[in-house]
Amino acid sequence: MGSELLSNLLWPVAALLALGASFGALLGFAAVKFKTEGNPVVDQVNALLPQTQCGQCSYPGCRPYAEAIVAGESINKCPPGGEATIHALADLLNLEPLPLDAEHGIEQANTVAYIREDECIGCTKCIQACPVDAILGAAKLMHTIIASECTGCDLCVEPCPVDCIDMIELPTTLQNWSWPLPHQPSIIATDKLHGNAV
Amino acid sequence: MIAEFASLLLATVLVNNFVLVQFLGLCPFMGVSNKVETAMGMSMATAFVLTLASGCSYLTYHFILVPLNLEYLRTISFILVIAAVVQFTELLIRKASPLLHRVLGVFLPLITTNCAVLGVALLNINKAHTFIESLWYGFGAALGFALVLILFSAMRERLAAADVPPIFEGPAIGMIAAGLISLAFMGFAGLV
Repeated sequence: MGSELLSNLLWPVAALLALGASFGALLGFAAVKFKTEGNPVVDQVNALLPQTQCGQCSYPGCRPYAEAIVAGESINKCPPGGEATIHALADLLNLEPLPLDAEHGIEQANTVAYIREDECIGCTKCIQACPVDAILGAAKLMHTIIASECTGCDLCVEPCPVDCIDMIELPTTLQNWSWPLPHQPSIIATDKLHGNAV
Repeated sequence: MIAEFASLLLATVLVNNFVLVQFLGLCPFMGVSNKVETAMGMSMATAFVLTLASGCSYLTYHFILVPLNLEYLRTISFILVIAAVVQFTELLIRKASPLLHRVLGVFLPLITTNCAVLGVALLNINKAHTFIESLWYGFGAALGFALVLILFSAMRERLAAADVPPIFEGPAIGMIAAGLISLAFMGFAGLV
């Protein structure tokens, strides 16, 4: 009687344990085999951000913001990218596009910084502020901006003690002109013949 | 032989559709049917899991449980098999398509609790299917699930823009629509 009970109990437990252990081993093997390095979605998000490194999103740069987006941060905090970036991100991540969050700034035309060189005193403060190293110059010597490197982030304007930095709007050329976006109604209304759009 | 397999497929996809006729797997049917792309990803993941899980549970039943006279343990061991297969699928998807992994989110591990998966495994035993038939039955069930899920998600995309009376908005109109396609699928009864 006792041995019967034991075998009735022992075999099921042993079988389930063996089954669980073998699946565990298989999964452990698969986890090592299909290991992923880092998070590739971050790279894709980062590629869509404008790389101005301006910090207007309250993150120290575009890559940290990309990591935050993948972790669940909202996608509408990038004024330099504007609506186009938000739509691209929404497409990539399968989210609803949101209007730009005005708290972090508004979308502006592309600009480039310009130093009025005879007023510059050579304090190097703007060099330290520039996130992309687009300002050339040394202490007590006049500084200048490499226009092709400047992302127009505004960060050098604030530190300048003599206010000699202007943000100049980039002229539209054949290289940077793009079709204007069509006016978009808020809802595609093929199914709404009449009535209030929700 | 071929006719037999074709009729088995037709029966699982249309006549005994797991979602609309047998009412199994309703949670992903309502949960991931908001967008067609997501629905397609979910269908593929579920198809993979269903086929693999029905094969694995057949092997587990006939080579472990039957020799040990432990047939009564089939439900719990099938759940174990399914959980392992789903975990494996998740690892695979994370490697192959990180975006799909992100979009499916919590619904991917929730395939474990998709009753259609366990249902197929248990029905395979009840109907005394062979190994090949089990795989085929699982695949047919997955195909039916995919068909219904994609059809329904396309409908829900239209519904999102439609002029629905306020009290029926959102899930309510989704449920009504699901009921109507279910009625339509009842029309396939007697086809095979």
